[in-house]
Amino acid sequence: MKMSRRKTIRSLLEGSLFVGFGGLAWSSATKALNKNDLVLRPPGAASNKQFVQSCLKCGQCVEACPYDTLKLAAPNDGISPGTPYFEPRDIPCYMCTDYPCITACPSESLEVSRIQKSTEEEASINNAQMGLAVIHKETCIAYWGIQCDACYRACPLIDKAITLDIDKNQVTKKHANLKPIVHSDYCTGCGKCEQVCVTEKAAIFILPRHIATGKVGDHYLKSWEKQDKIPTPQKDQKQKNDDVQSAMDYLNNDDILNE
Amino acid sequence: MDISRRNFIKCSAVAAAATTAGILIPKDIKAKAEQTEKDWKWDKSTCRFCGTGCGIMIATRNDKIIAVKGDPIAPVNRGLNCIKGYFNAKIMYGKDRLKQPLLRMDENGNYDKNGKFRPVSWKRAYDEIEKHMKKAMKELGPTGIGIFASGQHTVMEGYVLAKLMKAGFRSNNIDPNARHCMASAVAAFIQTFGIDEPAGNYDDIEITDTIITWGANMAEMHPILWSRASDRKLSAPERVKVVNLSTYHNRTSNIADTEIIFKPQTDLAILNYIAREIVYNHPEAIDQEFLKKYITFATGPVDTGYGMRTSNHPKFTEKEKETVVREEFKYISKEEAVTLGYLGYKEGDKMVMKNRASAGKHWTISYNEFKKALAPYTLDFVAEVSKGDPDETMESYKKKLKELAQLYIEKGRTVVSFWTMGFNQHTRGTWVNEQAYMVHLLLGKQSKPGDGAFSLTGQPSACGTAREVGIFAHRLPADMVVANPKHRKMSEKVWKLPAGTLNPKVGSHYTKIHRDIEDKKIKFAWISVNNPYMNTANANHWIRAARQEEVFMVCSEAYPGISAKVSDLILPSAMIFEKWGAYGNAERRTQHWKQQVTPVGESMSDTWQFMELAKRFKIKEVWGAQKIPGLEGGLPDVLGAAKAMGIDPEMTLFDYLFAADDAKKYQWPDKVGEGTLNTEVVGDKREFTGTDGKPWKGYGYFIQKFLWEEYRIFGVGHAHDLAYFDDYYAKGVRGLKWPVVDGKETLWRFNAKYDPYAAKEGQDFAFYGGALKSIPHGTLKGPDASKPKKNLKNRAKVFFRPYMEPAEMPDREYPLWLCTGRVLEHWHSGTMTMRVPELYRAVPQALCYMHPEDAAKHNMVDGDLIWVESRRGRVKVHLETRGRNKPPRGLIYVPWFDEKVFINKVCLDATCPISKETDFKKCSVKVYKA
Repeated sequence: MKMSRRKTIRSLLEGSLFVGFGGLAWSSATKALNKNDLVLRPPGAASNKQFVQSCLKCGQCVEACPYDTLKLAAPNDGISPGTPYFEPRDIPCYMCTDYPCITACPSESLEVSRIQKSTEEEASINNAQMGLAVIHKETCIAYWGIQCDACYRACPLIDKAITLDIDKNQVTKKHANLKPIVHSDYCTGCGKCEQVCVTEKAAIFILPRHIATGKVGDHYLKSWEKQDKIPTPQKDQKQKNDDVQSAMDYLNNDDILNE
Repeated sequence: MDISRRNFIKCSAVAAAATTAGILIPKDIKAKAEQTEKDWKWDKSTCRFCGTGCGIMIATRNDKIIAVKGDPIAPVNRGLNCIKGYFNAKIMYGKDRLKQPLLRMDENGNYDKNGKFRPVSWKRAYDEIEKHMKKAMKELGPTGIGIFASGQHTVMEGYVLAKLMKAGFRSNNIDPNARHCMASAVAAFIQTFGIDEPAGNYDDIEITDTIITWGANMAEMHPILWSRASDRKLSAPERVKVVNLSTYHNRTSNIADTEIIFKPQTDLAILNYIAREIVYNHPEAIDQEFLKKYITFATGPVDTGYGMRTSNHPKFTEKEKETVVREEFKYISKEEAVTLGYLGYKEGDKMVMKNRASAGKHWTISYNEFKKALAPYTLDFVAEVSKGDPDETMESYKKKLKELAQLYIEKGRTVVSFWTMGFNQHTRGTWVNEQAYMVHLLLGKQSKPGDGAFSLTGQPSACGTAREVGIFAHRLPADMVVANPKHRKMSEKVWKLPAGTLNPKVGSHYTKIHRDIEDKKIKFAWISVNNPYMNTANANHWIRAARQEEVFMVCSEAYPGISAKVSDLILPSAMIFEKWGAYGNAERRTQHWKQQVTPVGESMSDTWQFMELAKRFKIKEVWGAQKIPGLEGGLPDVLGAAKAMGIDPEMTLFDYLFAADDAKKYQWPDKVGEGTLNTEVVGDKREFTGTDGKPWKGYGYFIQKFLWEEYRIFGVGHAHDLAYFDDYYAKGVRGLKWPVVDGKETLWRFNAKYDPYAAKEGQDFAFYGGALKSIPHGTLKGPDASKPKKNLKNRAKVFFRPYMEPAEMPDREYPLWLCTGRVLEHWHSGTMTMRVPELYRAVPQALCYMHPEDAAKHNMVDGDLIWVESRRGRVKVHLETRGRNKPPRGLIYVPWFDEKVFINKVCLDATCPISKETDFKKCSVKVYKA
């Protein structure tokens, strides 16, 4: 039962995407994830596919990491063997301001340009995009009202990448909840938050950005926000799949008269 | 039934959380939870950690604590906790918990100062204690021993210690770690109001329009109170204003409307600026009637030194002497020439510290004199002196100071000023506390709901035990002092002592106990419920001193820490839920709990440890004539008088002080104790061997109740009334705020509407504290001995206190200020919280917080291992330029919880000369790469 229901939902979604503006390639999103897709790479890494292709598996970044954050994948890890990755619950990225791992990389797998906002601006580890912190509200004790915020205080970009949302505790009526919120514009995915989280299994954790983020279609812009530049809409291409016939079929079908 | 134990716990946790959150729980989960909790026993207790005093509920099963929840009916926290409180269940179960007495011994089992720790029996431990303690007392008298006591002692532990030391051994060398945190607050309370502890209570938070924090990072140090403050701000965001004054940016600025970063020590100047604004520019804001009826103006000497030893001390290094020399004299700086101009000082003048030993004396002055002294504290001058962030414009800073003054002054606006260690750990800590009262009293914004200056405490029973029981070197219970003959007489009456038993000479304060050990004036010391070798500034001296051959150090501990490491004998202590106890929090709320579980290993409560010590001394050994340095004639022989009272000199101190008939009348079993463990009273399942070599079977009578009821006598009728022991255990009671009169607690003291003691005086307000209420007349220049003393019955004092520089300031060689403090995740020296894996993981080490430009200047990057070095010592620490604390250029912040980053080796042991509290917030250092 469950399987078929899921199937239905999927085909429905595929259908709606199909007739919609088609911003996302659904096939890639529905494909089963493997460990390679969930792995966190060093700062300045290329997209995972490109990264795996270009990585020489030389281990120099691992060697350069002063905190032993980076590890090389072993053959049975389910990660492309020999490539560097890190697990923030064990050791997070400490966001060295001189990013020795990137400097050590002999290939284009890790590149300084990827932690530059633009070619004119200086590179900064604060621009790294290793992943994105995600909070599971139900197990985050700060959301219960406990004065925790260990993740917030540990965040190297405190008050930017993690801020506190303060609201009234409706049970006690005299305390405030101080609830951590992650801001993807700033979060580098260093994982300090995941490491320090005091729950048994971390209630805040890092996922690769392509897993943890959504994407909005280009057809709608926020009128309440001043945009620096209007995103260029997708090519003005003619819709490939004009389907006049289906309209005609619909209109000509008398099923509405039948039961 | 097929659910694993973990699932059981999960279900129960869901139920507990859901109850407080008011969520409906699905039936099956609820049933499962009830099934799980069937054999759990829940009982009320209090959180082990800070002075907030949150109520918690403890669940035990099979004699083990398995869960904790916030107590939903506790008024302080209503079911919530901070993350330290969240982990109360885990603090007792660290793997390296000390479970047996340990003695330094040689290969043959003899005590050896340089030997290794090896387990011994309780009997052997006490044989050694008796031997070494008696030796020290024989050589040096009652001052040859010292006790490092604690603001984390339960009331009963503190009371046993106070009685044993003062009535038994006739020694006043007992002082708590609270000296390091609350002494300045106490001194200011006594000097201003004549009685200790805050007038208001936490309800002020929900009532007030304005929350001003002075050197109090409440967001990290009092998280539950901070969440109440945050809620207040949310409730009326336009009306409620929050100002955070600090020497570095911290989390408390989060909800603040204004953050004021000031230069260390210049809070003295800022408060005088506010007073000047009131007096010169807004006299209409002064509550004239309040002033006329209830206030007297006063001041005191300024040439009082900095609580250090003089520079001729042989143990000082040449480097240290550069600073220590200011204990004897200092040269007046440009700023001080302005602020001390009223005394005729000019820049470059040499001020000789003539009032080092009389720093606390004070006399009345006229309002006009008071006003005159405030004249120099103009906005321009104070802004120039106090602006702490070199990157802030003068214009912006001045605007903030003006706004701050305006908030205080605004008619109809209620204001609460909160402070903690920023004020108290200050070489002019008493002064700056008094200045806060100055501002509130001038405006009549004191002792009213939502209006008042509120000193927050750091420790769970700094108020309840250290202050109220009086385990300080100068105190007796209920605000009495050893130097006052009437107080000694009263105490001798309660304790049934021959007249003259109590020692009138004030003992050594906490830091002085360390100094006395170094000077070989104390040769036997006992550490109980605190970590003096980690928490005291200039630690290199004290660690070496403790390891001197002639000194014998005993340490009662639950976990191995630095103090245990430097001791000679370690006694395993029962922890909070392994014993009966009571704590008193910062709002005068006394809360009791029962023993929940059997102590681990052979550990026993400190109450028991000190009562067992009392068994080792006969009255004839201690009540004969005693030499006391500095006390002419010494202590009299009271054995004759004792005999006349029917006291047998062959009795032990235990028999007389803790096991007389009036103690034994508190019988066990008792209704309150029904179904509860009481290891001290009836022993427990362990049947371990006690200090007499026999299995421990218990004292047989309800010792905790006896201690409480005897202690109660001191306060009843003296505005320190505590309720009966049983009252605190009554259903629905979650602590009571003293004075408890006719079963009713007191919300706002000195205000006749709320305080029966004030009402008795027949006026709206009565600052009825009796201490220091008869003082000389005088002028700003000094007291006038020709005039009779002034009686200040029912009045509070408004002190004028000038700005003065601290003992040590940054210079070319040591260019940075060092400020130390705590972090939310860890409690004090971390002996408990560093053993909770989750808290250790959250903050495994102390970091040095520094401004990024200062780091760049020294070619340092985040994570670098660096040295922080002062004239006294240095430590290695990792650098952090991002993160929770953001110091301005020129200041670094290092927390002290981490023994691997032993920052107290670097700090200066200068103290407020009145309160003797160390200034951990400022000294000068240099940094370089390790």
